[in-house]
Amino acid sequence: MELNRTEKRSAVLPETKAKRNRKLTTDHLLALCFILPSIVLIAVFVYGFIGWTGYVSMSNWNTLVPDFSFAGLKNYAYLFQDYRFQADLRNTLVFTVLFIAVVVLAGQALAIFLDQKIRGESLFRNIFFFPMALSFVVTGVVWQWLLNPSTGVNLFLKKFGLDSMWYTNTDILAGFKWGKIEFGIPVAIIAVVIAAVWQMTGFSLAMYLAGLRAIPEELKEAARIDGASEFKVYRKVIIPLLRPITVSVIIIMAHISLKIFDLIYAMTGPGANFVTDVPGVYMFETTFRGNYYANGAAIAIIMLLFVAIFIVPYLISSRKGES
Amino acid sequence: MALKSISKPLLYLVLIGLSLFFLMPVYVMVVTSLKPLDQVTLSDMWKLPSVLDFSSYATAFTKLTPNLLNSFYLVIPATLLSALLGSLNGYVLSKWKFKGSNTIFTLILFGMFIPYQSILIPMIQFLREIGLYNTIPGLVFVHVVYGIPITTLMFRNFYANIPDEMLESAKIDGAGFLRVFRYIMLPLSITGFVVVAIWQFTNIWNEFLFAVTITTSDQQPIMVALQNLSGSQIVQWNVQMAGALLAALPTLIVYIFLGKYFVKGLLAGSVKG
Repeated sequence: MELNRTEKRSAVLPETKAKRNRKLTTDHLLALCFILPSIVLIAVFVYGFIGWTGYVSMSNWNTLVPDFSFAGLKNYAYLFQDYRFQADLRNTLVFTVLFIAVVVLAGQALAIFLDQKIRGESLFRNIFFFPMALSFVVTGVVWQWLLNPSTGVNLFLKKFGLDSMWYTNTDILAGFKWGKIEFGIPVAIIAVVIAAVWQMTGFSLAMYLAGLRAIPEELKEAARIDGASEFKVYRKVIIPLLRPITVSVIIIMAHISLKIFDLIYAMTGPGANFVTDVPGVYMFETTFRGNYYANGAAIAIIMLLFVAIFIVPYLISSRKGES
Repeated sequence: MALKSISKPLLYLVLIGLSLFFLMPVYVMVVTSLKPLDQVTLSDMWKLPSVLDFSSYATAFTKLTPNLLNSFYLVIPATLLSALLGSLNGYVLSKWKFKGSNTIFTLILFGMFIPYQSILIPMIQFLREIGLYNTIPGLVFVHVVYGIPITTLMFRNFYANIPDEMLESAKIDGAGFLRVFRYIMLPLSITGFVVVAIWQFTNIWNEFLFAVTITTSDQQPIMVALQNLSGSQIVQWNVQMAGALLAALPTLIVYIFLGKYFVKGLLAGSVKG
């Protein structure tokens, strides 16, 4: 009804067009006014504060009293020489690679499984999704108890001669000397990866499921008519079509894992010999427990740079895809 | 369509096995929380309690109630404000595009990926300056500001699906920026608001870094209090598990009843949507 009325009116009155154009400009001004506060907030509290943190990271503020005298890259140089920070870099790398690999593979496999016209599909989906609604703190607390050394899981493993000790284990697998630390895979990190995977697999599953449902049925049919086996349809048609989703999942998981703090803080803390320490935990402890503000700021800037390596190209490419 | 190379029974077996893995923490959490402390031992972890004992819930509840309330005081205004701000931004960036608006949108989006450690030191200085350090309103402010990118993104994608013709006809009728928003966009945004509100509610409720650095003792939201439970002398695991369940309950309830919208938010938040 509303639409009919407007049609008639726009057909009848040509002179309203000029009025409309003038009105559009004032409306555009109004639109600008409404978005301006958000632009200012982001400019100040994201970009301005990052700049400020960068400035702090190059100052001598390593006591309770602020000291903004210029220190150059001294704090960065200190960190890269620091045993704990070197361990953090190793742990972040290992954690990120393991975490992403499992979340991508498990999410994709589960999505394909759930796409087979399974009975009780929504029940399964909900079981795999629900940990996402939980806090990393809750996950950390529960898995700290669950993977406590000498509990159920471990008693079971011990029967097979495996004494894993989980997050209290200080062994480094495949280790070799690197800088001041032993580089390799800290066994304790695996415990944290398990908890993180438990929480985040639902995320990649949800994205892959949405991707699978978006693939037109005709495409699969066409491949099948060409004589491709079901396995081949997946390998040659469906999984390649899911590649953009894999890219998104990897980037989202990478940025979560590079800045992870709460899960590890609640579950294990830095761990003996820093086997489960990460930059997020180090930054928190050195800044807010040790008052090394400049060092903390330097860690934060390094974390930001790591995240930016993944995020900036992603943002630019998704913008290009739009226009 | 079915994967014929994998037989169905095997598929169900795998799915059921994995479901058990996903539910195992819940089982252990519930079982442990219902045991008296002397039954909470590592070797009896998997056993059902011999008697149901709700005392750990009583203890957790008395300890955590003030912090649960803090979390509600934080989450409700923060969610409402950031949803409102997001809907206005999304409206402008989808229906009133101006020169450079896409660049501005990208610059805003970057804010949702940054590690918050990189703005934390100035933020605390700033909150001290304006007298909001160690207050719930201070936390509300922080969550509204850093909620702008995600809520703007969600509403922008949502509004992009509303056909421009609908707006055009209203504009021809003489409706301006605000009238179009009020009478066309808002009535069509109910789903958008539900999705964004659930997303923000869950994220702010679960957030830890800002909470632990900006508030102390009696101002702290629930997640910090939960973490502190384990920090004290001997860990009473039954109380700890009861506390974890209490802390998780609000977001779990939201998920159970409105899970569909939660997943929608998740997909909308992955930029390409």
